[in-house]
Amino acid sequence: MFRTVAELIEKAEKENIPISEVMIRQEMDVKEKTREEVFSEMEKNLVVMEKAIEDALKGVQSVTGLTGGDAVKVQKYMKEKTPLSGNLMMDAVSKAMGTNEVNAAMGIICATPTAGSAGCVPGTLFAVKEQLNPTREEMIRYLFTSGAFGFVVANNAFISGAAGGCQAEVGSAGAMASAAIVEMAGGTPKQSSHAFAITLKNMLGLVCDPVAGLVEVPCVKRNAAGSSLAIVSADLALAGVESRIPCDEVIGAMYRIGKQMPSSLRETGEGGLADTPTGRLLKEKIFGVSV
Amino acid sequence: MKYNSVFDIIGPVMVGPSSSHTAGAARIGKAARNLFGRQPAWAKIHLYESFAKTYRGHGTDFALVGGLLGMETDDPQISKALELAKDKGLEVEFIEDSASADHPNTVRMIIGDDSEQQELMGISIGGGKVEITELNGFELRLSGNHPAILIMHNDRFGAIASVTKILAKHELNIGHMEVNRKDVGKEALMVIEVDQNVEDAILQELQAADHITSIAKIVS
Repeated sequence: MFRTVAELIEKAEKENIPISEVMIRQEMDVKEKTREEVFSEMEKNLVVMEKAIEDALKGVQSVTGLTGGDAVKVQKYMKEKTPLSGNLMMDAVSKAMGTNEVNAAMGIICATPTAGSAGCVPGTLFAVKEQLNPTREEMIRYLFTSGAFGFVVANNAFISGAAGGCQAEVGSAGAMASAAIVEMAGGTPKQSSHAFAITLKNMLGLVCDPVAGLVEVPCVKRNAAGSSLAIVSADLALAGVESRIPCDEVIGAMYRIGKQMPSSLRETGEGGLADTPTGRLLKEKIFGVSV
Repeated sequence: MKYNSVFDIIGPVMVGPSSSHTAGAARIGKAARNLFGRQPAWAKIHLYESFAKTYRGHGTDFALVGGLLGMETDDPQISKALELAKDKGLEVEFIEDSASADHPNTVRMIIGDDSEQQELMGISIGGGKVEITELNGFELRLSGNHPAILIMHNDRFGAIASVTKILAKHELNIGHMEVNRKDVGKEALMVIEVDQNVEDAILQELQAADHITSIAKIVS
């Protein structure tokens, strides 16, 4: 099993295969499954993601009314105006937010790597798809590439907000998406690792401070940040820009920063945005208790 | 390594809103039910740290109860688990415990019925992945990565050998094993992770072996 990004890249380069293939072979090996079984299991996840985006674009609302409907707003804006950041970018943002709107509304989603950050990977995939026209197999490979990088983060640091803050969730998810975009666009494994590192570097220190402890505010819009940054970093890496700090060291930094974060900023709903006058007021309204 | 599959990262498919606080909670609840062997009649659920602070918003309460009722992470009925519990005769009490815990997402579930009681401690480590860290006062480290058998037995010589002999006879390979006892000659727990699911016939054979008091299996 690969333990680090360096080992993952080395395997891919040595055998001259994409990162997705390293992940697929490892999964077949560890679980003693055939390629078809592993592929079909991942395709089921892809179908769930597709369905969640479909539901989101019809419009959803959470029980509290805090989130929902923004994905639809962005799609409408794209049709009526010319988005300054471009259609692909806004499409990704809309689909990423939409996935999290479905999650907040207790719909069915696929955690990537977590539910709170579940928008970044599918949001970018279903936006980039419009320009790159991938085959179904390439779309499934996108998820294996994302998973390969997430696998390293999960085993060397953390992927939950309670353990390491939002940098561990949306930070990891956005970075995983960057790496997968690079592979789909024809970049090298090394370029994927640079894209991953660039995204994660720019997410370092991000705290988990959900209002009323709900996976709604700011989680939905943080998926907009994660997915848009994923595309920017992928473009940078494809242009040949490199991260000065190697990928594994960035993951190490993320881990140490998370360890230093006080518990009030790790998914307890006590600090940061949760502890603003409006944040406290919303909590009081939702749960009917004074805080 | 804590995570050994790509599907720990891309997955699970689940009802929102939180992989650790909802999906992970459902899995801990389900593990508690599986170990108990049936639906309990009552449950006292102690929540710690982030679980205690945010369980209402994340639906941790109904996910844990959904698990106790046997639901999977993607069961749309999870959101109605608290009402369903009433219908099915499961009485639930939640306690926000202010004691500190080693992991921010920790739950202690004391469940039981007229004849038996079970106490289990579980942690939700991220992305829906969970570990069972304590069972009836025994510390353990059950990852759920592999199928496992939990065997309560009396601490006597030959108890372990009689179990491993049966597993060997059925060509079941042991991946990880630990044995824990309360005191010399007293109640003890064997935790055995195997590579494939164990058939019920083998469990019955194990149940009948010397010094074995009870058996539960966990399907990965």
